[in-house]
Amino acid sequence: MSQEIKCSNDTAWCPGCGNFGIIESLRDALNELGKKPHEVLIVGGIGQAAKTPQYFNTNGFCGLHGRSLPPAIAAKIANKDLTVVVNTGDGDSYGEGGNHFIHNVRRNVDIAHFVHDNQIYGLTKGQASPTTAVGQVTTVQTMGNLNIPFSPLLIALASGAGFVARSFSGDKEHLKEMMKEAISYKGYALVDILQPCVTFNKVNTFMYYKKNTYKLDDSYDYTNKDLAVQKAMEWDNGIPVGILYKREMPDYIQKIDFLRDEEPLVDQKFDLDLIKSFAKDFS
Amino acid sequence: MKYNILIGGSAGQGIETSASILEWIFKASGLEVFTTRDYMSRIRGGHNFIQIRFGDEKLTSHAIELDGIIAVNNETAELHKERLKEDGFILGDTNLTPNSQNVILEMTKTAKEIGNARVSGSVAVGAVMKIFGLELEKAQKVLQEFFNEKVLDVNVEAVSRGYHMATTKYNLPTKEDKNRYLINGNEGIALGALAAGVKFYSAYPMTPSTSIMNYISAKMEEAKVVVEQAEDEIAGINMAIGASYAGVRAMTGTSGGGFCLKVEALGLAGMIEAPLVVANIQRPGPATGFPTRTEQADLKFIINSSHGEFPKMVIAVRDPEDAFYQTVRAFNLADKYQMPVIILGDQYHADSTTTMDAFDFDKVTIERHLADADQYKDKEYKRYALTPSGISDRLIPGRTHGNVVLVDSDEHDEYGFITESAEVRVNMVNKRMNKLKVLEEELLEPRFFGKEDCEVLLVGWGSTQGALKEAVETLNEKGGSFGALVYGDIYPMPIKTFQKMAKTAKTIINVEQNATGQLGSLLVENTGIRPHKNILKYDGRQISAGEIVHKLEGGEG
Repeated sequence: MSQEIKCSNDTAWCPGCGNFGIIESLRDALNELGKKPHEVLIVGGIGQAAKTPQYFNTNGFCGLHGRSLPPAIAAKIANKDLTVVVNTGDGDSYGEGGNHFIHNVRRNVDIAHFVHDNQIYGLTKGQASPTTAVGQVTTVQTMGNLNIPFSPLLIALASGAGFVARSFSGDKEHLKEMMKEAISYKGYALVDILQPCVTFNKVNTFMYYKKNTYKLDDSYDYTNKDLAVQKAMEWDNGIPVGILYKREMPDYIQKIDFLRDEEPLVDQKFDLDLIKSFAKDFS
Repeated sequence: MKYNILIGGSAGQGIETSASILEWIFKASGLEVFTTRDYMSRIRGGHNFIQIRFGDEKLTSHAIELDGIIAVNNETAELHKERLKEDGFILGDTNLTPNSQNVILEMTKTAKEIGNARVSGSVAVGAVMKIFGLELEKAQKVLQEFFNEKVLDVNVEAVSRGYHMATTKYNLPTKEDKNRYLINGNEGIALGALAAGVKFYSAYPMTPSTSIMNYISAKMEEAKVVVEQAEDEIAGINMAIGASYAGVRAMTGTSGGGFCLKVEALGLAGMIEAPLVVANIQRPGPATGFPTRTEQADLKFIINSSHGEFPKMVIAVRDPEDAFYQTVRAFNLADKYQMPVIILGDQYHADSTTTMDAFDFDKVTIERHLADADQYKDKEYKRYALTPSGISDRLIPGRTHGNVVLVDSDEHDEYGFITESAEVRVNMVNKRMNKLKVLEEELLEPRFFGKEDCEVLLVGWGSTQGALKEAVETLNEKGGSFGALVYGDIYPMPIKTFQKMAKTAKTIINVEQNATGQLGSLLVENTGIRPHKNILKYDGRQISAGEIVHKLEGGEG
């Protein structure tokens, strides 16, 4: 068994897809963090991005559309030794899975959530996603998208996230650093990854992101939540990439003594005599 | 001898506390108890009542005729007096109209005299104890369990005052209370789950399933079980599947409407072959239906739940003891066959408490059926390796000497990689479905009550067991020839006993709490034998033995 984490280029994705940059950055991030394949669990829902677990030599869980987060956080709770990474799309994370997104921010289980946000539905061939721009014409939104775009970073901040970042699949080095930061962060960490869809999104192209994004530099104070909220609202006059907000706080496992102080739940011994003593409740 | 009393009032008037105290006092006096709860979907007001049936012989169901009514308000007396036996009594406060049946005691006034108007319920408890000739001392220990130090003395005083205000009407033989439980169906399920080593329970609160989560939550820190209240029903089951994949025993629970939301993920558990236990505690539907009442109308839905074809098992639970052992078994079977196992209960089973012999924990076995990771030390591991049984070796991710575990809700090959191959598809469908064939060898036949060579065979499942058993006993005592088959394992359906009994029975009557006779139609589907008649009840209230007897004797309504 290989001790190095590898990803395959033999994928179901279109040539030029932003996903290639994302999985290479993820591979490099995991290897640079010294992770072994069997120590990592990559979880996806359904969608093009959600196929990511299929292309890695790590543990993988490809679940249902919109439902990537619930099994991911539960697997982490069951085995805190696992490095759990969710790679899935904007439809999966913010559309079908929107409720899980909000509440898993609140739950703050130590996982990294990498959203391949190409602002369109790829697998179903080009319908609007929650992050599609107003007015963008698609196969279904024939009058142009009427809905206000969902703001994942702002919603994560409003829900109490301790790590909120954005990156761009066209800048693999930056993306890798964001991924390393997110995986290392103790708690729920969101990286919204801007990504061109070469087939279905003719608006948010590689050049569009290249031209419209700007990096938050060292002078930016990512511990300032007010500032983070302002940055999360920026779009039309430049899209900030980098860590918008980061704050240490107790994650889910830190809040439960028997998860924090003892071996992983999956390894804990079971004591039937203890359960037998509960019979006093009925005697 | 057995008696049946009813305690009624508005939600929030403390009838649940008084009734529970009485149940425990009856148990402490060595009596058998069967208590049913009829409550409305509201926190205050309305009319709720609790019926306690008790006596010196085993009780398995409720009864309609009442020996006594404890009327916390006049409405209770008015609503239920038609069911009162001629020699029955109504215990009430001074606002009750004086007549020969009414036992009027100054309960509120007494409560105020001893310093707390809220203990009038305990005055009534004392009075009931005296009416049935119980020993006052039996109350002391029970009251200590119910009340904290601050209000204990005043309640002890209230019970004592009530006791001395009433006169004895019945004399019950009391016995030593030894090695017995007073337990309801959901507690049986919850205790079974804990005994099976459940480590992760994720659910969204939904009546009447919530008490399973409540009990496990109460033991969360002691038993080191994670109970996670999910943001929705869908998260509840998907979390449980994730925890199961990661190697711990996981469970979720809900009622019909919640189960509707869970079914896609039930199919996921089937597809990725994740062991999973799901409790579905039925209430009348569709949609919101009767949130706090009972029905058995989810059976065919549960059996057919989720699109596509995959192996699952459905076990109907018949009483709290059955629920305990079957829940333990459900975890073992889920692990063995790597599939979802559904525990099917209902509100009547969930909320009815009964005295039972203590459960035998020596019978509890934990059978994880996990593969030994060592055998794959130098060998390639395939999560979905094709085997004659259809069961593949299951490893825990991260506990594998470097092997990895890949699962996918898409059709997949032996490694877990997505495939669109026709050949692999057929192999994988056969592999999954073959597990049911193996399971069929260890299905448990339905329980039988009554005369072995009966002329009239009643069939039922789950919570109607108690009423069917009692009905058959009553009818046979009158010289009838009756038997009852009550299904626990219901999907896949064990058919041998039914086929055998159907050969000799002249009439087969299907008894169910639904409008369409779902068990009857499953029997036809699986055996080709159609029950001759149905007794169906779908008013949200559980059928009693008396009602079954009445219908079988040709009565209407």
